[in-house]
Amino acid sequence: MSPLHSARKWLDERLGWDDLIAPLRKKTVPTHRLSYWYFLGGITLFLFVIQVLTGILLLLYYRPGANEAFESVQYVMTQVQFGWLIRSIHSWSANLMIFTAFAHMFSVLFLKAYRKPRELTWVSGVILLFLVMGFGFSGYLLPWNTLAFFATKVGTEITAQVPVMGKPLMIFLRGGEEVTGATLTRFFGFHVAVLPGLATLLILVHVLLVQRLGMSVPPRLEVEWRANPSAKREMKFFPNFVLRELMAWYVALGVLGALAAIFPWNLGLKADPFAPAPAGIKPEWYFLFMFQTLKLIPPRVWFIDGEVVGVLAFGLVGLLWVLLPFFESDDPSRTKRWITGFAVFALMYVAGMSVYGHLAK
Amino acid sequence: MAISRNRFDFCAARCLVLASFVALAAGLSYGQVKNSCLDCHSALPEPLGVTQEKFSQDIHAQKGLTCASCHGGDPTSDDPDRAMSRKAGWKGKIDRRQVPRLCGSCHSDPAYIRQFNPSLRTDQLDQYHTSVHGKRLAGGDAKVAVCTDCHSVHDLRAPSDPRSTVNPVNVANTCARCHADASYMKGYSIPTDQFAKYSTSVHHEALAVRGDLSAPTCTTCHGNHGAAPPGVDRVQNVCSTCHVFQDQMYEKSSHRKAFQSASLPGCVVCHSNHGIRHPTDAMLGAGPDAVCMRCHTPGDSCDQARAGLFGELNQLDQAIQRADQVLGVAESSGMEVSEARLGQNQARDSLTKARVTIHSFRKELVDQDIQAGLKIAANNLQAGQKAMVERNYRRVGLGVSLVAIALMLVGLRLYIKKIES
Repeated sequence: MSPLHSARKWLDERLGWDDLIAPLRKKTVPTHRLSYWYFLGGITLFLFVIQVLTGILLLLYYRPGANEAFESVQYVMTQVQFGWLIRSIHSWSANLMIFTAFAHMFSVLFLKAYRKPRELTWVSGVILLFLVMGFGFSGYLLPWNTLAFFATKVGTEITAQVPVMGKPLMIFLRGGEEVTGATLTRFFGFHVAVLPGLATLLILVHVLLVQRLGMSVPPRLEVEWRANPSAKREMKFFPNFVLRELMAWYVALGVLGALAAIFPWNLGLKADPFAPAPAGIKPEWYFLFMFQTLKLIPPRVWFIDGEVVGVLAFGLVGLLWVLLPFFESDDPSRTKRWITGFAVFALMYVAGMSVYGHLAK
Repeated sequence: MAISRNRFDFCAARCLVLASFVALAAGLSYGQVKNSCLDCHSALPEPLGVTQEKFSQDIHAQKGLTCASCHGGDPTSDDPDRAMSRKAGWKGKIDRRQVPRLCGSCHSDPAYIRQFNPSLRTDQLDQYHTSVHGKRLAGGDAKVAVCTDCHSVHDLRAPSDPRSTVNPVNVANTCARCHADASYMKGYSIPTDQFAKYSTSVHHEALAVRGDLSAPTCTTCHGNHGAAPPGVDRVQNVCSTCHVFQDQMYEKSSHRKAFQSASLPGCVVCHSNHGIRHPTDAMLGAGPDAVCMRCHTPGDSCDQARAGLFGELNQLDQAIQRADQVLGVAESSGMEVSEARLGQNQARDSLTKARVTIHSFRKELVDQDIQAGLKIAANNLQAGQKAMVERNYRRVGLGVSLVAIALMLVGLRLYIKKIES
């Protein structure tokens, strides 16, 4: 008996291993021309794992503090063996993860995979996307460089526009009236403890829901397959789909490695709180659409402050976004077309405003 | 009855309100001095015209002085004959020759000036008497500058006001009004191209273009109230007020004695005066911008020393440029070389220091700065080259990893094909 079989037998005798993985053996994945979109969730999860692993390695050297943070990241990039690679992969995979999370969300939206009974999968997924953006916002400040410092200043100022609780929220985020070393340690806490804890919990719920409810098929195909069950095509989750997912992960790893090696993540200049803000300061790309929208809103809309209107509007749209599945029809043959229209508009708006924000001075 | 009584009350109230207004107006106007001069002079053409708007800009008017403070007379009277009567102390137009004394009557009185500005100096008149302007005025030359020529009159502003004619930014233009006017300066036997030359100088660029108010203008070198040429043997003292280290080095040089004995004006010999250009290493060279060879003979020991110093400066300059270039490429490849970049500033500091030390014309002193700079530049170059080696190593590593990933993908694909066939 090979060592692998011995180990498996040992586990089976104690944990009932075969029973545990039996559902995975039985599980199938629908096969159709849009099946490729199923890989996006897995790639996002893969990138999250990379984030956790590289984040732990960075923690070995990173020192949160206004006087040490920049120097510690600089040390990682110049003195630590492969430190540059770990830091670059961490930064690049963070950005790729946010991109794939967005892409995954829109693919779910266009394939209408959020429909009954998967409403909670959607809700947990959208909240996960918000958490991922929170990871990006909190992590961006940690190297304590000029761009991050001022982007955080602008970003936290926007939270102050939230009616009633805005100012206390800003002070809570900053650890005071201004962005200081206190903000850095606070963001560090969010980035390495609060957000990972919440995200891990929510990822577990999300993945369990996906496993429990299986993969959704587009409504038209669902109607077709229901009418003609013999037309249904599927593959085994294990090993067929898992191996394909593994291939996708390898491709993601290759892209990540190439980006990290050819375009190592820049460190910039150390933040100087007393220096004037650089001209044209902008947030990270995934916040650009909101930032540009707020810039375009006039200072006053009727009698309300323009920024307050913008923040309230984004809050409302965010809430609507989370609750979107509950507006959808249960019948796959009678799905709501306005939701698809809304999704198309949202995608074009986010993409258009991001490009506009990137090009705007 | 009730109606007539009400009407009486209403009239009484109206009278009371009117009386209150009159009393208030009288109270407000109390203490303000009537100035009838402007009533007429604001309607007169130049040079007699002085508008209320113009005079209100004058610092004297802002401090509460009136026309009568300088011109005498009775500004409270609306009758021109009475207002401008000699009996009331009216002096009329102040004669140019009397202007410094008139201004000095207040500005040389510390007790009086202290009321308005305790930090304002009160030695302007004394200084003026020592100036070329003052001396010539005393000698009967009324064409020379008096206080009002530079400070303006009736709209005189504090020197700190950017609109003031004596604000550092405007001083050169103010001086040039006379000194650049060849016909006005005819008979004084001094050049009139100072302003034209100054406009091309590094000092003018610093002051007017870069807005550096500490950069020198005419008065910085010549003095203001005591304006005079610094004198051949005093030029070094003037320049050294800003260029301290150059002066210290020059003190150690053999040129100091040589220039002194030949009555040459120190710094000006090589750098000129009004048209001082940004100094370059080429001044030490043998090309068209070279200054040494104006006095020295090609091939003599001084020329050889010059060539040695020139070569050393070039060597350090080129070493810095080489390191900059390599670091630039490394940086654009995403390599972290900020420490070496910072080190480049130190190398540049050494070059600047060497360029200052050049004023000693002592090879051993210049060598110290050059060698220190070369060492730093070499370290930075090495850091850049190391970064480039690291970059190439990373790319090779990436290539190997991508090949491994590609092989893995092919293997997985084949395996999937096998289990699905």
